[in-house]
Amino acid sequence: MATVVEPRIAPVKNDNLWYASDSMPPDMAPSGPIAEMWDKHRFEMKLVNPSNRRKFTILVVGSGLAGGAAAATLGEQGYNVKCFCYQDSPRRAHSIAAQGGINAAKNYRNDGDSIYRLFYDTVKGGDFRARESNVYRLAEVSVNIIDQCVAAGVPFAREYGGLLDTRSFGGAQVARTFYARGQTGQQLLLGVYQGLCRQIDRGMVKMYPRTEMLDVVLVDGVARGIITRDMVTGAVEAHAGDAVVLCTGGYGNVYYLSTYARGSNATAIWRAYKRGALFGNPCFVQIHPTCIPVKGEYQSKLTLMSESVRNDGRVWVPKKVGDNRPPGQIPEDERDYYLERMYPSFGNLAPRDIASRAAKRVCDEGRGVGPGGLGVYLDLADSIKRLGKKVIEERYGNLMEMYEQITGENPYEVPIRIFPAVHYTMGGLWVDYNLMSNIPGLFVGGEANFSDHGANRLGASALMQGLSDGYFVLPSTVPDYIASTKFKPVTTDDPAFKEALNETNVRVKRMLSIQGEKTVDDIYRELGQVMWEFCGMGRNDADLRTGLARIPKLREEFWQNVRVPGEGAELNQQLEKAGRVADFLELGELMFIDALHRTESCGAHFREESQYPDGEAKRDDENFRYVAAWEYNGADKPVLHKENLDFEYVHLAVRSYK
Amino acid sequence: MNLTLKVWRQKNAQDAGRFETYTTSEADPEMSFMEMLDIVNQDIIRKGGDPIAFDHDCREGICGTCGVVINGVPHGGHGTTTCQLYMRHFKDGETITIEPWRARPFPVLKDLIVDRAALDRIIVAGGYISASTGSAPDANGILVPKPDSDAAMNYAVCIGCGACVAACPNGSAMLFTAAKVAHLNLLPQGQPERYTRTANMVAQMDKEGFGGCTNHGECTAVCPAHIDMSAIARLNRDLLAATLKGVA
Amino acid sequence: MAVVALYRSTIGKKVIMAVTGFIWVGYVVLHMFGNLKYFVGATSINGWAEFLRTFGQDILGYSGFLWVVRLVLVSAVLLHILMAYQLTQLDWASRPVRYSGRNYLSATFSSRTMRWGGVFILLFLVYHILHMTVGNIHPNYEELKPYHNLVVAFRDPIQVVFYVAAMIVLGLHLYHGVWSMLQTLGVNSFPRNATLHRVAQAIAILVPLGFISLPLAILLGIGVRP
Repeated sequence: MATVVEPRIAPVKNDNLWYASDSMPPDMAPSGPIAEMWDKHRFEMKLVNPSNRRKFTILVVGSGLAGGAAAATLGEQGYNVKCFCYQDSPRRAHSIAAQGGINAAKNYRNDGDSIYRLFYDTVKGGDFRARESNVYRLAEVSVNIIDQCVAAGVPFAREYGGLLDTRSFGGAQVARTFYARGQTGQQLLLGVYQGLCRQIDRGMVKMYPRTEMLDVVLVDGVARGIITRDMVTGAVEAHAGDAVVLCTGGYGNVYYLSTYARGSNATAIWRAYKRGALFGNPCFVQIHPTCIPVKGEYQSKLTLMSESVRNDGRVWVPKKVGDNRPPGQIPEDERDYYLERMYPSFGNLAPRDIASRAAKRVCDEGRGVGPGGLGVYLDLADSIKRLGKKVIEERYGNLMEMYEQITGENPYEVPIRIFPAVHYTMGGLWVDYNLMSNIPGLFVGGEANFSDHGANRLGASALMQGLSDGYFVLPSTVPDYIASTKFKPVTTDDPAFKEALNETNVRVKRMLSIQGEKTVDDIYRELGQVMWEFCGMGRNDADLRTGLARIPKLREEFWQNVRVPGEGAELNQQLEKAGRVADFLELGELMFIDALHRTESCGAHFREESQYPDGEAKRDDENFRYVAAWEYNGADKPVLHKENLDFEYVHLAVRSYK
Repeated sequence: MNLTLKVWRQKNAQDAGRFETYTTSEADPEMSFMEMLDIVNQDIIRKGGDPIAFDHDCREGICGTCGVVINGVPHGGHGTTTCQLYMRHFKDGETITIEPWRARPFPVLKDLIVDRAALDRIIVAGGYISASTGSAPDANGILVPKPDSDAAMNYAVCIGCGACVAACPNGSAMLFTAAKVAHLNLLPQGQPERYTRTANMVAQMDKEGFGGCTNHGECTAVCPAHIDMSAIARLNRDLLAATLKGVA
Repeated sequence: MAVVALYRSTIGKKVIMAVTGFIWVGYVVLHMFGNLKYFVGATSINGWAEFLRTFGQDILGYSGFLWVVRLVLVSAVLLHILMAYQLTQLDWASRPVRYSGRNYLSATFSSRTMRWGGVFILLFLVYHILHMTVGNIHPNYEELKPYHNLVVAFRDPIQVVFYVAAMIVLGLHLYHGVWSMLQTLGVNSFPRNATLHRVAQAIAILVPLGFISLPLAILLGIGVRP
């Protein structure tokens, strides 16, 4: 097992669950005023001569907004890019499922928006657990993203005058969200995909679809390659390169039920973690307030109703506990429009974590609606009355159709039922300002890194971050790394590759040889239940400890009693899933430990011990104003490093949306 | 619900393949089609068999990964993707035939999984606008009339599932190709490469071995993104113009 | 060059089919118009036959124009058939393994019988030329006397049934063919689609009706004057 570059761990025993360390790699943010940082940094970064670029190979894993845009842009610059995705085509990365929109500080509406305000909203929305320098850059670059997408042919919604249309979104009081019907993610991803295709056409990017990354290879402590499995032939292969870029998305599927694609997984980042990359804030998981409620045991997937519906919908539950009347028969004065009541200034547009928790609270009180009382109404009736059915249809037609397909209910007549569901992970591999992890040459972009959203992500900001990382940040910082590094020639014949290949093969064989009694899904579902029940929307010490105790047992059960049918050298979907679940079974444990250690409430992480009398989250800036960056420590307990967060520009304040 | 499934099983691309019959009594009208297949697969695994391989990913109808032919209709014929097809559309006791997409450019990889890389190669041939990163003018610098933008969006919503090819009696990829051509050719940004794009994409489409369009409209009838046949007319028109301009 | 490029692509082959189809649609409409002169009387329809031969004779000579038209029509039909053959080969090759059962949602009887309907129409065409133009399978053919030739031929109910059947097949071919032609030539766009369908339907119904009216009338003795 390769280890971290520098021996900088000074383990200190702590709570018997982890070690604490005082060391932390620098965040590499340039000095000077925040508004000039990125420009200054771009000027200071080293460049690679255009004729030398094709001599460098960059391995990009993932082909979503971040990975696809990075691969295309680096290819465009002249580097030799190899791009890998587990899907059968880069066009299917799960960025495609984002519905609502993408934020940008264009201020086209002249409604008081600015780069600074987007920066401010994002830091505040993330409950002061994000790095200011990164967030400012995100807000700054957001402006270029929209230009780039429009130039690439993304058909954003337009007004009659031909100008771009925008709408408002949760957590913001300006209309800065650009959208393409309810399919913004799809249109942005297709724009990226088309740009990627252009580079494939030019021979600058070689695409490896249906290829899963199973390990990262370090040579002398530097990321120099990856191990992949061809999901059609089962061949386990090694790829060498000069830099590795992971844009493999989030790990919310650890909960089994989520709005993620079924194939979304944490394997790439988890393998990197196990090779020494720090994992930032693993317990920060966004629970989205507007998903279609669970229907039954067999359920495999939760579907989101875009948050944009909250623009025109009013959230309510009956005032009385156990009121089983159909919604139409509950008179106006017996309804509790609880978001409007509790958060009068943001109302139905309160940020996601707050809206989710409020929904949980009313359901815990027994006022939930629908099967099992796990749901609240999102009522469009007032808007339909005010704007007409046609306008609503124009805005949300495809969502309404989808809702009807799934539930069999007509959302124009009966209020939509929603319930929170796991949607996004703010946590991810720790990266510096250059989006490089603590392993030199290992870059992490998009949802896979921990960076810009702190403890809670605002709506329509995921697309912004993916494209910011992919189009603008990585294509500047990766070349800088290449230009300033002396590379020793490495091929896949290097012992480090042989070793990693061997480890991967052994692991695959081991999974196939168990032939126990339980299916992968049996164990996976149990893991999901443990995660949701004990590390879900509301967390407390006792629950977390209970859940944490269960994970090793599940892991043991997996490695002794799972049944993976078929062989390694063939298309084997159960084997793919088994590998992912095996990693979730380890990641889940780290999430519990992180959630346990952070005894404050912040953003999406709500510790029941830490709340104000009115039930609002109580942050503890004195003790927790840091990013928890976890280091793998072999079979021993993980090591906690802390990146302290300084807030020079946005003043620490209680995050209130009242 | 009790169901009998006749499922196409094929070990790999070389295998000849055959139908095999499975039964389940655990189906529920509120399940999605894929969830029903999940249950059948769990049962197969427990009995020591090889589960049915089928493509799926987002399970919310947008990624375009899933797709099987159900009782002779790609995606089952309810205007959705296979993953958004719910079992309430089937009757208790029904026998359901499940086959993969069938077309020469879509070789079967295993069971119900086919290789649709041919569709990617059509886009690679020209389904893009050459806008290098960082070179873009202000997004509001070029006005796009709302009707054009809306029309482009109507075509841009293609999810690339390949149901159009599977449904076409000729195995034609015209609706897929036309949707991208129509989307990009309708926008001002798409004009400079309009005719080369059209010519190159059509040449690639033909090279892949897809059949020709005879305007049956089966493609549009099964299209989960509801892409209209007018896309094909636009493609034809632009190819004709490309030819007259000597681009093709 | 452009034509060669067109010929190479499937869409180009279809454009050639559409253009040649268009020529024949124009021709059948005119042909039907000529036929209807039967109802005006022998002089009218016989005069039409004569007119077609004398039209443009100052330049092209007697029957010259007619031969030009025939040449165009024969070339068009040969191209139409060649393209249909090539496209059919491509289409069949694109699905080597067939579905166990297919349920069609929008394909019509008309659209699905284009190929075999086309073959039938071709056979009918050969028969019709031998029957009414060359006259060697006509019981009592007289050059340049269409009125006489028609009246003699369609006293035979078997002939009438055969011709009516052929016109129904033609109607089916036109029903899909005319719309398909407009679509291939790129005339269709979203709001126009319905209108184009109606135009195609009108042609597909009116042309065969016009043709059928003649043998039926003769069989029933309508308009037959000694």
